[in-house]
Amino acid sequence: MEALTTLTSRTLIMPAANIDTDQIIPARFLTTTTRAGLGSRLFADWRYAADGSPRPEFILNRPEAAGARILVAGRNFGCGSSREHAPWALLDYGIRAVVSTELADIFCTNALKNGLLPVIVDEATSAWLLAHPGVEVTLDVAAMTLALPDRRTVRFPLEPFARHCLLQGIDELGFLLEQRPAIEAFERRA
Amino acid sequence: MAPRTLFEKVWSAHEVSAETADTPAVLYIDLHLIHEVTSPQAFQVLRERGLPVRRTDRTLGTMDHSTPTLTSQVFGGAPIAVDSAARQVAALERNCTEFGVELLALRHAQRGIVHVIGPELGLSQPGKTIVCGDSHTSTHGALGALAFGIGTTEVGHVLATQCLLQRKPRTLAINVEGALGRGVTAKDLILGIIGQIGVAGGTGQVIEYRGSTIRGLAMEGRLTVCNMSIEAGARAGMIAPDETTYRYLQGRPRAPRGADWEAALERWRALPSDPGAHFDREVHVNATRIEPMITYGTNPGMVIPISAAIPQRPGDAAFARALDYMGFTAGEPIKDRKVNVVFVGSCTNARLSDLRAAAGVLRGKRIARGITMLVVPGSQDVKRQAETEGLDRIFTEAGAQWRESGCSMCLGMNGDLVPRGEYSVSTSNRNFEGRQGAGARTLLASPLTAAACALTGRVTDPREVL
Ligand code: SF4
Repeated sequence: MEALTTLTSRTLIMPAANIDTDQIIPARFLTTTTRAGLGSRLFADWRYAADGSPRPEFILNRPEAAGARILVAGRNFGCGSSREHAPWALLDYGIRAVVSTELADIFCTNALKNGLLPVIVDEATSAWLLAHPGVEVTLDVAAMTLALPDRRTVRFPLEPFARHCLLQGIDELGFLLEQRPAIEAFERRA
Repeated sequence: MAPRTLFEKVWSAHEVSAETADTPAVLYIDLHLIHEVTSPQAFQVLRERGLPVRRTDRTLGTMDHSTPTLTSQVFGGAPIAVDSAARQVAALERNCTEFGVELLALRHAQRGIVHVIGPELGLSQPGKTIVCGDSHTSTHGALGALAFGIGTTEVGHVLATQCLLQRKPRTLAINVEGALGRGVTAKDLILGIIGQIGVAGGTGQVIEYRGSTIRGLAMEGRLTVCNMSIEAGARAGMIAPDETTYRYLQGRPRAPRGADWEAALERWRALPSDPGAHFDREVHVNATRIEPMITYGTNPGMVIPISAAIPQRPGDAAFARALDYMGFTAGEPIKDRKVNVVFVGSCTNARLSDLRAAAGVLRGKRIARGITMLVVPGSQDVKRQAETEGLDRIFTEAGAQWRESGCSMCLGMNGDLVPRGEYSVSTSNRNFEGRQGAGARTLLASPLTAAACALTGRVTDPREVL
């Protein structure tokens, strides 16, 4: 996992609530056995017409989307299935953080395991961001802050262990493997 | 000791180490179910790190999501039509062989949808921790297990260590009282609950479904209820084990036997929440008010009684967009809207009782002209039982297609698709845009309602045909 300490980027806005994992990456693309290459399928059914041509009005197909690494989305983003292909597709496309007032549980866990930063903010901050597409903001993982263009900073919660892993660029498997003596002891007890 | 909830009892019995401010709890997993879609990248990690599967005896594989349901492709030697699906199926076979994991492969007599076979084999038991790389793992909570969906990275963690790092979720009691009316099923109940608490109403929480209505449900209905916990955003859904649970489990192939059964029963009887146990939140539901329900929008919370009109929400752009996708108008009744496809299947409603309910409506009748109806049993075992009862004949004589088990039309990745723009009344659990195929329009309902709609070719209240 690639470490993430700070991230400065313009925002990409998707104001709809309840954007589910079937929109982020439709099921027909889940037959892959690798993680790579899903970025071109991200939001496939919103992004491309039935004949495969890009829909010009969709945000990812607009010039201002190019290079944006922070997605600001409506409430309950990532609801639905447990497919880790959703954060894989976002990361492969170039998104490194998702900002919302609420993110679905499994999506949030999957995101953190892959170095995609989930940022939960209050209603007012979210509404402001959604009303100001494309502004440049800075995320600071160590400080758990989101800095807005007017220099206001907003704090966001982050599970301490996930934050540690994100800052160091390490995954959790190493930690779990070190628990082996405790796991063996548990298995003897059970 | 302070009174504890069912969830707290199962959780604390599985803590290898408790959570601290800096680190999550290390939670031991009793049963890990794997399938072809969310496991390949996890096995790859094991391979890269030179790790074995820690407990092959606690791991079971099946294939369901991308498998074909046409008999010719499952048993007849015809190639699997979707190429990438064929590769995924082959990858799971290779991975299970290489790592020594038991697999109920494509032609295995006990294969089926992962959430149907766990309970059916008697593997899903009260008090167990159960995970699977699939959000509907919440289904198994109906037996009093703590069961939840995980992502592929976590599938790798469990394969390698039999453990997960977890923060303890909060608890939500959903108390359901009152009798369900005629034609009202467990599916209508859970759709009604989601309509009441919303699609994010359970986020960060483990639900315990309680009350006389829940106690009165048969095991298969309880599985339907817990299955859709995730549609309310919940981490898991649980129901305390009772005589219904024990009767369901006893004698199943992988349930404990003899003295082990007696010992298990004693442990299980201590699991239900203690009187006075505290839940972080409680919700009350009056079951007598619930009618046959149907969804009209693009998430399961957009649901109404089948006799009601589609709500109006002026100024709500997302709502308008959803109705536009569905081709519906706010304020119009949903009844009598044209239907093109009827799907009876999925881990929500493809058990024997579901098929019996649908067959009961169709017996001796024909589905409407122009309707495509698929009936897809939840497992090969359900299929055999249904055939023993002659249900397959009822379906095929009515004009429906009878298939091999699998996820089928619940999600568009195995070749069973709802054509663009068409309306599908489906007994599955998600009506997201494109879920059943690009441009497909899904109306979620019970097997009774689905069968009633197949008869008339229109959205139909099942009480009119019962
Ligand atoms: S039937 Fe549908 S919801 Fe259930 S496991 Fe299969 S794809 Fe998922």
